Formats: sequence, C-alpha cells, structure tokens
Amino acid sequence: MSALLDVARLSVNYGKVEAVTNVSISVAPGQIVTIIGPNGAGKTTLLSAIMGLVKSRGIVRYDGMDVARLGVEDRLANGLCLVPESRELFGDMSVHDNLLLGAYLYRHDATYIRDSFERVFGLFPRLAERRTQIANTLSGGERQMLALGRALMAKPRLLMLDEPSLGLAPLIVREIFRIIASLRTLGVSVLLVEQNARAALETADFGYVLETGELSLEGRASDLLHDQRVTATYLGGHT
Amino acid sequence: MDTDIALILTLDGITTGAIYVLIALGTVLIFSVTRVIFVPFGDIAAFSALTLAAIQLGRLPGTVWLVVVLAALALVMETVDLVRRGDLPRLPRAALLYGLLPCLPPAIAWLTTGMKLPMALQMLVALSLILPIAPLIDRIAFRPLAGASTLILLIVAVAVHFAISGLALLFFGPEGFRTEPISTASFDLFGLTITFQMALMVASAVIFSGLLFLYFEHTISGKSLKATASNRTGARLVGIRPVRAGTLAFLLASALGGLSGLLIGPVTTLYYDSGFIIGLKAFVGAIIGGLVSYPVTAIGALLVGVLESFASFYDSALKETIVFSALIPILLWRSFLTGSHDEEDEEIEG
Amino acid sequence: MNLSTHRLTVGLACLALMLVPLLASPFYVTLLNFIGIAALVALGLVLMTGLGGLTSFGQAAFVGIGAYATAWFTLTTGLSPWLGLLLALSATGVIAACLGAATLRLGGHFLPLSTIAWGFAIYFLFPEIPGFGQHDGLKDIPAISIAGFSFAENRRVFYVIWLFLGAAIWLVSNLLNSRQGRAIRSLRGGAVMLASLGVSLFRVRLTIFVIAALLAGLGGWLYAHMTRFVSPSPFEIRPSIEFLLMALAGGSASVYGAVMGAGLVVLLKNWIQDILPHLTTNAGQLEIVAYSVMLVLLLQYARGGLMSLILRAFPQREPVRPAASHGLPHRAPPPAGTPLLEIVGATKRFGGLVAVNDVSFGMQSGEILGLIGPNGAGKSTMFNLITGALPSDGGSFRFMGEEITNLSQARIAGLGIARTFQHVKLRPGMTLLDNVLMGTYLRTSTGFLGGALRLDRVEEATATREALDQLARVGLADQAYEKAGNLALGHQRVLEVARALASDPILLVLDEPAAGLRKGEKEALARQLRELRDQGMSILLVEHDMEFVMGLVDRLVVMNFGSKLMEGTPEAARSNPLVQEAYLGGQA
Repeated sequence: MSALLDVARLSVNYGKVEAVTNVSISVAPGQIVTIIGPNGAGKTTLLSAIMGLVKSRGIVRYDGMDVARLGVEDRLANGLCLVPESRELFGDMSVHDNLLLGAYLYRHDATYIRDSFERVFGLFPRLAERRTQIANTLSGGERQMLALGRALMAKPRLLMLDEPSLGLAPLIVREIFRIIASLRTLGVSVLLVEQNARAALETADFGYVLETGELSLEGRASDLLHDQRVTATYLGGHT
Repeated sequence: MDTDIALILTLDGITTGAIYVLIALGTVLIFSVTRVIFVPFGDIAAFSALTLAAIQLGRLPGTVWLVVVLAALALVMETVDLVRRGDLPRLPRAALLYGLLPCLPPAIAWLTTGMKLPMALQMLVALSLILPIAPLIDRIAFRPLAGASTLILLIVAVAVHFAISGLALLFFGPEGFRTEPISTASFDLFGLTITFQMALMVASAVIFSGLLFLYFEHTISGKSLKATASNRTGARLVGIRPVRAGTLAFLLASALGGLSGLLIGPVTTLYYDSGFIIGLKAFVGAIIGGLVSYPVTAIGALLVGVLESFASFYDSALKETIVFSALIPILLWRSFLTGSHDEEDEEIEG
Repeated sequence: MNLSTHRLTVGLACLALMLVPLLASPFYVTLLNFIGIAALVALGLVLMTGLGGLTSFGQAAFVGIGAYATAWFTLTTGLSPWLGLLLALSATGVIAACLGAATLRLGGHFLPLSTIAWGFAIYFLFPEIPGFGQHDGLKDIPAISIAGFSFAENRRVFYVIWLFLGAAIWLVSNLLNSRQGRAIRSLRGGAVMLASLGVSLFRVRLTIFVIAALLAGLGGWLYAHMTRFVSPSPFEIRPSIEFLLMALAGGSASVYGAVMGAGLVVLLKNWIQDILPHLTTNAGQLEIVAYSVMLVLLLQYARGGLMSLILRAFPQREPVRPAASHGLPHRAPPPAGTPLLEIVGATKRFGGLVAVNDVSFGMQSGEILGLIGPNGAGKSTMFNLITGALPSDGGSFRFMGEEITNLSQARIAGLGIARTFQHVKLRPGMTLLDNVLMGTYLRTSTGFLGGALRLDRVEEATATREALDQLARVGLADQAYEKAGNLALGHQRVLEVARALASDPILLVLDEPAAGLRKGEKEALARQLRELRDQGMSILLVEHDMEFVMGLVDRLVVMNFGSKLMEGTPEAARSNPLVQEAYLGGQA
C-alpha cells in the first residue's frame, strides 16, 4: 500500500534556529499516525511545514505528488487539512458560519454542503445545539469540536490535528479521542500531534516520538505505549 | 442660535455625513480585510465626480489614462513575478485580469466620448472607470509588501495618495468641476426645504449600508471577507485566498467611494485634490468605529458631518482645525477602550 | 572602520564642508543650507521614527511653530533672533510635550493617524492666528547676527546651520550611546523586554518625541532667519512626508543617515525640477509623484535605508568600551533559608476562563524551585502574575516580607526579581555587552541630558565593568562585542540570564529556559544554574521539560488546569500518579 503522505528529510529554520531537523514520516491511507513529544520539540512547526504555512527544506509528497509548489489553498483542495493548536476559528462569527466557511472550496455545491452539515452535526450534536452561537463564547471543548467540524467540512482525506486535547478537561478529551478514532470509518486518515501520549498512542496505529526537532523513536503505537523510553522522554530520568 | 438654524445645520451635517458614511464604511472594509489604511480612498470619490463632470462636458476623462497607466504597471509587475517563479501557465490569466479587464471601462469611455448618453449611463461609465483603480493600486503598491506592519502599509498608503493626486492634476488639470444636478426638485418637510439631491444622498447612504450588511450576513462571499478580517490564518486554512479577498474588498469599497463621489459632485465644486480632506474626515468617522465596527463607523461619520456643519457656522476659517482637533480626543477615547497594547512589531533589520 | 579612521573621516568631512562656501557657487551653498536644515528635522525623525518606531506625519508643523514663533517675536519686538530661538524652542517644546502626553499612549497605527490630525490642525491654524499675516505670511524677518556681525548672506548663514547640525549630531549620537540611548534603540520591537527591565516606555517615547520636535523647531528658526520670510505653505503635510522620506531613505542605522537622506532628497528634488520640464509641461505635478514612488520603492526594496547599505559595505567594528576596575555595588542576598516569596490564593481569570485558580506556595532563599505542569496548566500566567506583567484578580504576593501584589513591573524588578523570556527577547543588532548593559538600567541614573552631554562616563565605565563581569559569569565574556543575533539559541538563553543578573536580583525567574534547547545545551544551562545557586542566588524555574527539571531543582510545584496539583521533591513528583496522568494523559 503506497503512502498517502510521505515526508522525507524535512527541516525548518526560524532565523538561525533549526526547529525541525531531518524528519521523515509517512501516513498510509486509512491510518491514524501520531507524533508525540514534549513542548518545544517542533511538532507544530512540522505540521505547519506540511500544510505549507512555513517554508521548509526536504520533500513532502502527498497522494503521490510533490506539493512543494502548491500553496496552502491548493493543498487543501487536494484534501490535506490542518486543525492548528490555536484553532484559528472565526471568533466573531456564528458556529454555523464557521462550519459553512469550512466548505468554502465547495461553496457552489449545495448538496455537498447540506450533507456535510448533517454529517458534522451527527458527530457533534453539541454544535447543532449551538448553531447560532458566536464562536468566541463557546467553551474550550466546544471550540475544539467546532475546529474539527470546520475541518471536516473541507472534504479532508488527511486530517492533521495539532494538540486536540490541549487545555480540555479529561471527560472532553475522551470524547474528542473517541471521535478521532471514528474518523477512520469515514475514510479520513489522521496525523495526530499530541502531548497526551497515552490517549494518542491508544487511538493511533503508528507513532513517532519527536524530541528537540528530531525523531528519537518510532514504532507501532501499541508497542510505544509500553515503552519505558517514551515515559522517560516525558518524565525525565533517562539514566 | 435658535432651533431653526440648529435644525438646518443638523440637516446639512447629516447630508454631508451621509457621504462620509459611505467612504468610512469602505475604509473599514479595506482595513479589516487587508490591514491597509487606504488613505487615497477619498481621492477615489473625488475622481468619480471629476470623471462624471468630464463625461458631461463631452471630454475624455483623465481617469482613462490613470487606469491604463496603473493597469500597465500592474501587468508588468505580475508578469515579472510569474516569470521569476516559473509559473508561465498563469500568464494568460494575468493578462486577462490585469491587462484586458481593467482596460474595458477606459475603452468604453473612449468610444462613447462626446455622445449624449442619458445621465444614468453616464454615471455607470464613470463608476466603472473608478472601480479598477483601487484594486490595481493594491497590486502595485501593497501586495509586494505582504507581511509588512500596519505602519509600513500606512506610510505607503500616504505616499500612494500623493502619487495619484499628482497624476490626477496631470490628467484632470487644476480647475474645479461640478456635475449636473441629478434633480433640481425639492419638497417641504416640517417647514424645512429639502432638495431632492439631499434626500438622495441620505437615502443612498441608508440603502447601500443596508446592502453591505445583507452582503456580509447572507452571502458566502461576504462571509469569506468577514472571515478574512476575523482570522487570516483561519481563512487560509479553509481555502480563502487573502489576496483575492483583498481585491474583492478594494473593489467593493471602490464602488462605495465612487458612488459617494457621484452624489457629492452636483453639490460641491471638486478639484483634483479635494478627495484627501473628504477622505480624512470620513476617516475620523471610521476611527470612531475603531476601524472594526460598521454601525459605529456609520454613526461616527454622521457625527463628523454634523460637527463640521456647526463648526463652519461658528467660524468657517477654523472649520478644518476643529474637525481634525476632534480626532485627538476620539483617538484617546478609542485607545482607552481597547486598552494600551504594546504590540511587538517587526524587528529592525541588520 | 575603527574609531580613529571614523574620527578622521568625520574630521575631513567637516573640513571639506568649511571650505564649501568659499569655493562653491552661491546656488550650491543655498542648496546645502536647505539640506542642513532638512537634516536637522530628519535627524529628529531618525531618532523618533527610525529607532523609536513613532511615525510622525506632522513634523513640518513643528518646523512651522519654530519659524512663526521667532518671526512674530523678532518682528513685533525688534529684539535679537537669539531670543527668538529661545522662544521658538520653548514653544515647540511645550506644544510637543502636550501633544505627546495626550497621544503617545495610543497603540499601533492610531499614533501616526493622530499626527496627521494635529499636523493638519496646526497648519490650518497658522493663517488664522492674529499677527501671523494670514496667507501672505510674515516678511522682512531680521537675519541672525552676533555682536553686529550679520549672517544675512547665504555663505555666512551656512556656518550657523551646519554648526547647529554638527552639534545636534554629536548630542544625539552621545545620547544613543548612553543608558537611555540603549532603551531608545530597543523601543521598536523590544517594548515587553524594556518594561521588564524597569524602563518607563512612555517617558522614553515622550522624550524622543519632544527632542524630535525641538530639532524641527530649531530647523524652523534657521529657516525663518535664512529665508527671512515665512508663510503657511511650507508647513503642511507634504513637506512632512518629505522629511519622513529623508529619514527613511537615510535609514536609522546611523545618525548620519539623516544627512544622507536629506542630501539625497533635496538633490533629487532639485534634479527632478531640472529634468522634468524637458519631459513634460506639467513638471510641478509630477514631482510629488516621483517622491511618492521613490518612497514606496524604498519601503518595498530597501527598508533599512541607505546607511545600512553603506554600513554593510564597510562593516564597523564596535569600539571597545572603557571599563572601570569595580562594578556596581551589590545588595547582600538574604541568608539561605529565609522565606523569600509567599503566594497565597493567587487567582487570574481571562473572561470566563480561570487560568490560575487559588494557587498558594512559598519559596526560600537559596533554593531552586521548579513550577511545572503540562501545556495550558497556567504556569505562564502564574509567572506573569509574580513578575507583575499581568494584574492578578485575587490573592496576595509577598516578596522578602513586602507586599508586591499588583505592583508595576518596574517596581517589582527594582525590588530584586529579574526575569527571562520563553521566546528570547534580545536585541539581535546590538552587542552582547549592550544587551547586558540594559540589565543595569535600574541601578544607574544618567538621564537624557546627561547622556547627550557625555556626563555619564564614570557611571558607564562602572556599568560596563558590571556587565562584563556578568558576561564572564555565564561564560560569554570573550564574545562581548559580537552581535547578539549571531548566537545560537542556547547562548542567547544564557545571555538573557546575564542580562537578568546585571540587575543584581535576589530572585531569578526563568520562563521555560530549556524550551528548544538541544541536549548538550540543556546540560550546560543546568550546570550554570546550579553554580548560581551555590553563589547564593534563588531561582524560580517555570518549566515544561521534566527531564531538565529533575536533576536541577530542590523542590517542585506542579500545576494542572490552573490549580496546584502537588508540591514536593522531584522524586515525589515523578512517582505521583496525578502528575503522571497530567503529563502522559489518562487512559482514553
């Protein structure tokens, strides 16, 4: 099975500082892959580079094509979709409008928009209840749902999620991860960046550990879950 | 001062204010979508009146040359950019967007020069000549500065104003013009004589503000502009191109600006550089709205009109000083509302 | 270019200038006179806009105030223009101080907009003031003279103008090299850092605003007595834009940028006026088009200005600063084990979100305390509450027994709490030494005038010694004259620590010092922090990186969801299931 996303030797510089060094990862169709690692490891930078928001060196192949020349909008049109850590919602607009704009590229396809609304509201009944509410007034968990929902409106084939559990209460985290796991059945592959290593590894098929810009470990998620080295990365005490 | 005079002054102020409303709304629209404080926006309004005046006099309006020059510049810049990036397949599209499309209105104006068109058509030709100016300026002056701070964009905007008002003097000449009145009828309301022209100005402000509101609330295109203003990164992540949204904002705002020029043309004698002051006064209104809120902007612009009308009654020589001095307390109030924020702007190079 | 060749260049340039009026044609002398006056105004803008980031579209109004003040005064009283100079400077100074006090707190783009407003208002006011000759202006203004020697001739007034310009350049470059000058040079993009070092941003901004206005007023005085005639038109917004163009064209990399920019713009203007009539009959109108296009091109392609291009071609070595034998006096740290920081019930809300919820902990002198927790736990907010960067919504903060709840950042810094930043905030274009010298801001006292007049040499030498000592303490002494931007991130972090140390703190508060560091860099940093503790420094670390914290701290406070989870030794924290869950996440 050929990979949906294939990143080879990717490096990103911020000024003189190299934030990501020589990272190679791949995501197969229908897979959930997670990248875990502590703060400042370069996870967010890596996703931004794949999306085309920041400049990078190395090769990013998506669906068999080199996306180097494509802008953010063109990558999106091909089904590559990012839910950033900062959510980037349209804060002063309603839940409905946020979702509607998620389908901006398919704005002339009324049937698609109607079906997508149904699908998203099916996954997140809470959003349907809050349909007319302004995004800024939502709770943290609802915002994350809205960000996920907005991304799902854009017909994603590979959904990149940056810290979807950040700042959320445990109950909601569980809910979010349940939904992420269910994305597989919708035919959406997921690249999941998380600090919440346990939840991420339990949901994912495959995992990478990123430490100060470099990959330090990779393997089947179920193996990593019980790997002492992962715990050490988080809690210290390599010795 | 008795109430009659106060009433007349207020009415007069609201009429002027109506013009400021349209220009101020356009200013807010451009700023919120592109972060450009488009100082030459008042010029756009004045140009539309001057264009209409030229058409009515049977001359070829100077705007024709302005648009052609700007289109040529934009086309050259776009071509150089595309060639440099090796993106040759997009060349025909660039030629269409920056070469052919903006030159259509000048061609029409040229073909119809001297014809006795009905007033409505004359206005349409004038307006269509105005529309490409701001989007072309965006391409030429602002797009190469993508990512620059608001301040740099503001300095460039001021420079652009001086550049195009210099060109305007070249194309329109130094003499002032007044366009033919749309109607000379008048009617009485509560003992005051109201000309049809005045009523038209106020009605247009109301109608077009309303249309703008409907556009933002009920079309996906309008919502995409709101979204770009609200969160640029978010907009990019759903596939809205900020550049395209910017062009759209400039285009829409130009329509508002051009329209206000057509409305003010029969009332005031306008010169090639009259737009600057009109734009700045509208801008005072936009600042009252904090450059974000459309309704507050509209109210603010009306207030400026009324203030100006009263100020000129008390001391016409100090009118301008009074209106501009009023900006300082307004800015302070605004700044107090938003709280002081020491934003970290760009680092100095080198 | 080193110091002596620099002096030689300046000396030769001065000599050449002295000879100009004797050799050049009257036309060029007049041109140079205009350049000199414009350079004075542009110098103010280099200081204020180029370095300080305060854009003014109204500088010509200050020139007008200076010109009208002296013209009106000398014409009505018949007294000497030198008294007129006093009046011109006091009038511009007072008006600028009032305008500045009212508008300089405006954020972002509101400030430049307000300059358009008052620029216009003042310009429209000139012809309305009784005695100012309406639109015709004032003529037959007396020439400058000293003891009967008249400077009426352009050849003579040349020396007055360029002497004033020379003096102004000398004063401004001295100022930029002083304590306040380092603050001025950091205003653009360094506001947060300056506030943390105890600098009153508003005071610095107001002062450079007034200095720029005074230079413009001086230019106005010279202009009035050179042309012997003033009318409103040279003081409208157009010339203001020209002055801004000069300052931007010259660039803020050096004070000489003002002269370069003024020279360039005046000469180009002259050249355009010569050449345009050959090309078109509407020359006058195209002039302004040409400038505007130049300004736009400049901002699009060479935002650093001419001077930065020149300095790039002839890189300058930083002059070695004289250092005294002793640094600044230090305060004695409290004996180890005395209570240093006591926080009770700290609370901070952002809208509906409670970022810090009733957190209490204490800290003793001489220990390293780690404040840790996963992302979004509220550590950074806690940090900002302690350092005064954010006001708290409840709870009490005491430092060495003193109440510091909701004191200003400057006050808290003055009491001996120094901080670093998670995203390093250094001045990349300044030397390591200058960066660390900024840390001594609250321990030194030279004002703007003292700096401009070089009355600060002893204090500067002492502060330099202090800064060099602190650089040595963190192992960067041999790179003191390198630019901070050339350091690797690890060294930049350490440089921030040196800057914090230069403020002679009792408590060092570090915000995620290990973020983004490589393994070796982290170990080096930990070693240095341990050394500091052994020297008696108390350190509070806000960290995410558990591994970094484990071997380093004496005690840990763990936060999650805005509340305190636990407090204890690193070992206790590591084996605590709550901490494990906070870090690794619960079972999904």
